[in-house]
Amino acid sequence: MKKLINNPDDVLADALVGLAAAEPLLNVDKKNRIVYRATPKDQGKVALISGGGSGHEPMHGGLVGLGMLDAACAGAVFTSPTPDQMEEATKVVDRGAGVLHIVKNYTGDVMNFEMAAELADAAGIQVESVVTHDDVAVEDSTWTAGRRGVGLTVLLEKIVGACAETGADLATVKALADKVSASGRSMGMALTSCTVPAAGKPTFDIAEDEMEIGVGIHGEPGRHREKLAPAHEIAQMLVDPILADFDFTGAPAIVFVNGLGGTPLIELYLMYGEVAALLEKAGITIARSLVGPYMTSLEMAGTSVTVLRADDEILKFWDAPVVTPGMRWGA
Amino acid sequence: MAQDTVDLAALIAWLDSFRGYVTENRAYLTELDSAIGDADHGINMTRGMDAVFAKIKEAQDGGTPFATIDDLFKAVGMTMVTSVGGASGPLYGTFFLRMGRTAGTAETLDAAGLGAALRAGLDGVVARGKAEAGDKTMFDAMSPALDAYDAAVAGGADPAAAAQAASAAADAGRDATTPLVARKGRASYLGERSAGHLDPGATSTALLFQALAETLAA
Repeated sequence: MKKLINNPDDVLADALVGLAAAEPLLNVDKKNRIVYRATPKDQGKVALISGGGSGHEPMHGGLVGLGMLDAACAGAVFTSPTPDQMEEATKVVDRGAGVLHIVKNYTGDVMNFEMAAELADAAGIQVESVVTHDDVAVEDSTWTAGRRGVGLTVLLEKIVGACAETGADLATVKALADKVSASGRSMGMALTSCTVPAAGKPTFDIAEDEMEIGVGIHGEPGRHREKLAPAHEIAQMLVDPILADFDFTGAPAIVFVNGLGGTPLIELYLMYGEVAALLEKAGITIARSLVGPYMTSLEMAGTSVTVLRADDEILKFWDAPVVTPGMRWGA
Repeated sequence: MAQDTVDLAALIAWLDSFRGYVTENRAYLTELDSAIGDADHGINMTRGMDAVFAKIKEAQDGGTPFATIDDLFKAVGMTMVTSVGGASGPLYGTFFLRMGRTAGTAETLDAAGLGAALRAGLDGVVARGKAEAGDKTMFDAMSPALDAYDAAVAGGADPAAAAQAASAAADAGRDATTPLVARKGRASYLGERSAGHLDPGATSTALLFQALAETLAA
């Protein structure tokens, strides 16, 4: 294992020290492993928290700031944070208008956020939750834990964060979150595995001429293994199942090509070109785009594609100012 | 010499033995989890049980040892919930919290009382995780273990003998997870590819019952 670390067990604690030092707009509660805005939003506005295992940076700590999240709870690498962290974050950010929990659909995350919502409710804070489940690689059936929450989570945090900034009430914020969650689909693939620091070796072995199709964001194998193919064929393998699952025609779309951590931007832009061409050929109007490593899986090489069916409201919030370490425009 | 009842010291010895087993099997549990999950089960369980023992030591050294079984398991359960994360934290945490609630203010448990507490723990795991038999989860080791425990007690077994039966059944349940296709947790995302691997959660649960059997037999 070759990593810029001191000790595998201290990676998260040490990284939070660095994040706090590097980002004056963020406060870091190192004990509870919570990242929150140095300047809280005004009283009376709904607050947004998210959280999950670490190793996906900039998500979620790097997406805290004006126009996006109010706080993020950091778990150990690829491990959900715990209910006490989430409860504390909920208390810290509540401005009297309630708190929306943004949860990615993973068994651990859902269970821990459920327990946190019960604790916050007992403390008299109004909590609503949205669980993203946009990964079409997973069949949505009683035979699985349901679709994973992946790339759409980043778009949702941006759009719903902008809505909360306007002072909309919790029911309105929650309704928008549900609309976004229902209108986006994602599909990912990997060229390599990644090494969880505490495990010390790659999570799976893969040959130089192979790739995994249908991966999530935890270095896990995907749905099936294929021989490596040219980018335009890989783009097809990602776009086809997305389009087969949801109708994106007749509305503006936001298209997100995400990097999983080990793939350079030059390849992500190349992939975006292939993806955009396929979507346009399918009659889809791309209104906005996002390209870059926003939801990573440590140093895994690979990409995911997310398509969101937008409307005027969604586009308005997408374009609204955002000031976070990971995403910044319009301000 | 096996006893008719299980006291607080024996329960703490059980937890200590379980900590020993997860520590010893840290790499193995993590390796099992690499195959069908996210490569952290051994790491997380070791961190959780170390935190549990820090808590127990703090109570003992601070002069306020646990007075009742509920006190002990409430501390153990909350520590698991707040230190493990993932799905294992809420699941094992809920298991111990429910055991404690059922044992209540008792300071010792007889064979039936321990069985009732363990059964309540299993019910908590089911309520939290919604797993059923054959989903390839810790349920597949825990449920047959408790059935075997109850059957042994019904036949007049003492806690040690019942725990021995539970441990054997947990091992068999664990081994039976290998061919299963996972239907819960991250392993379910692999679909058919999850078959052919032992379930890490069922494996740590089998260690929990092995620790119980060995502790009570000592």
